[in-house]
Amino acid sequence: MTFVQNLTLFVLAAFVGYEIITKIPTNLHTPLMSGANAISGITLIGSVVVAGSGSTTLATTLGFLAVVMATVNVVGGYLVTNSMLDQFRSSDRRRD
Amino acid sequence: MAAILGGLPNSVLAFVYLVAGILFIQGLRDMTHPRTAPRGNLISAGGMALAVGITVLVTDILSPILLFAGLLVGAAVGVWLAVTVETTEMPQLVGLFNGFGGGASALVAGAELIDMFGTGAFQVGVTGSAAVAGIIGSVTFWGSMVAAGKLHGVVDDSAVRYTGEQAVKALFLVLAVLAGVHLVVRPNLFGSVPLAGWVPSYWLLVGAASILGVLLVMPIGGADMPVVIALLNSYSGLAAATTGFVLDNSVLIIAGTLVGASGLILTVIMCESMNRSLANVFFGGLGEVSDDDGEMEDIYEGNITTTSPEEVEMTLDVADRVVIVPGYGMAVAQAQHAVAELSELLDEQGVDVEFGIHPVAGRMPGHMNVLLAEADVPYEKLRDLEEINPTFSQTDVVLVIGANDVVNPSANTADSGPIAGMPVLNVGEARTVIVNKRSLSPGFSGVPNPLFAQDNTNMLFGDGKEMMQELVNTYKENH
Repeated sequence: MTFVQNLTLFVLAAFVGYEIITKIPTNLHTPLMSGANAISGITLIGSVVVAGSGSTTLATTLGFLAVVMATVNVVGGYLVTNSMLDQFRSSDRRRD
Repeated sequence: MAAILGGLPNSVLAFVYLVAGILFIQGLRDMTHPRTAPRGNLISAGGMALAVGITVLVTDILSPILLFAGLLVGAAVGVWLAVTVETTEMPQLVGLFNGFGGGASALVAGAELIDMFGTGAFQVGVTGSAAVAGIIGSVTFWGSMVAAGKLHGVVDDSAVRYTGEQAVKALFLVLAVLAGVHLVVRPNLFGSVPLAGWVPSYWLLVGAASILGVLLVMPIGGADMPVVIALLNSYSGLAAATTGFVLDNSVLIIAGTLVGASGLILTVIMCESMNRSLANVFFGGLGEVSDDDGEMEDIYEGNITTTSPEEVEMTLDVADRVVIVPGYGMAVAQAQHAVAELSELLDEQGVDVEFGIHPVAGRMPGHMNVLLAEADVPYEKLRDLEEINPTFSQTDVVLVIGANDVVNPSANTADSGPIAGMPVLNVGEARTVIVNKRSLSPGFSGVPNPLFAQDNTNMLFGDGKEMMQELVNTYKENH
């Protein structure tokens, strides 16, 4: 894809993000942040590509480090968000 | 190891990435309600598994052992951190994860540049994006490490300021940008110095941006951390998005941008809740030790009424409506369980109990909500500033636990000063206000709080957890 096509994606995604995230209540701001944070671990994809197919030892090493960091981000991020959200309950559910 | 799905057409890969992007968006949409939010998180995780899975399958993996070792180590560390964390340590953990995401993006951009050097051709769009990813990623990593360190108490969490501070920061920013320019217009800038295989200008950029990241967060005090954590959250997303430009990868751009938008919106909300600009949080000087102790004693002198858990119990006994206002002090004292128990006891006696939560109470956006959720307080009882403020005049008792600046009425009246114009919880309008605090020391802003000297305010001095526990015990004995 060209740079401009990528830029198009960027701008559209920014608008979608704005529309959705402004609707999220204050109650859920911490889970939102940690959940969004887990999504930013998407950089793991790039890490996998460079770690797996790096042409030099240096590139592979950097890729390896990136894979470790991004995986911590993804796995830890989703797990923490999940356990946090489990604790949000309504009074109806609590009386069950 | 050749790719398992090596023959997969690029359009199919792009399609799978699109599906992953849709799952991320739907996952965030489900975050708009506590009931659907757990499902949203799962959907988002599914999108991640799909995107990473297909990438592993289509990539020609030259060193599979290394790759899987990396995935295993990362997953093990992630699980360990997530399982062992205490709810009170959540802000620093979120900060730490932010940093890892940003750091990974900076490393990927660097590795990709090194790979491209092998093939020869650099495009301006790619090197430019890599420079941006490198700067944002490095600032995110080191900024997050300092922020997490401050929140964890291993780095001095006061506002560390020094003369010439802004100039030093500007210097490192300029250095990083110059290195980035060199990366993009390589042959012309420093004569014809050939670029080595490890792309030194990129690493110079990373070095300068790393120092910048540390310098940017060091001067920011603990109570401004919600803004910093939210902004670094945004940066970790933007770093991923710019890495997507480097790798020409659609899902990286979509997902990274969503996170960038999310973090930025939270940042703006946090700033508005303090009536301060982002620039003021970063370069402002709030949190410096104020030296007007004399004036402070004046407004408190002879006007402070103290109370005891027994007296508070009697006050609560005749109340029909009680609002509890928690602050960072509740988190420090780990008083949330005792507070939750008290609210449940009151609820059982038919008292209308609600929680009034200021957006910047605590150390990250929504901090109080998470603590109270952990203590099993139903989310219907949690009210934000706009909802709770009109109800204070019909409230019998307000119980303030470890909050100070966010209930300071002088924010409404002062023309200048660190908290002037900041939206606050107008607890003073209630019939009786009980403030639990360890002492009369000022909040983070350093501004004295006239609420404490008000006629309808009683101070319950002591540790939050102990006082709440005593209150619960007394209440139980009498009911």
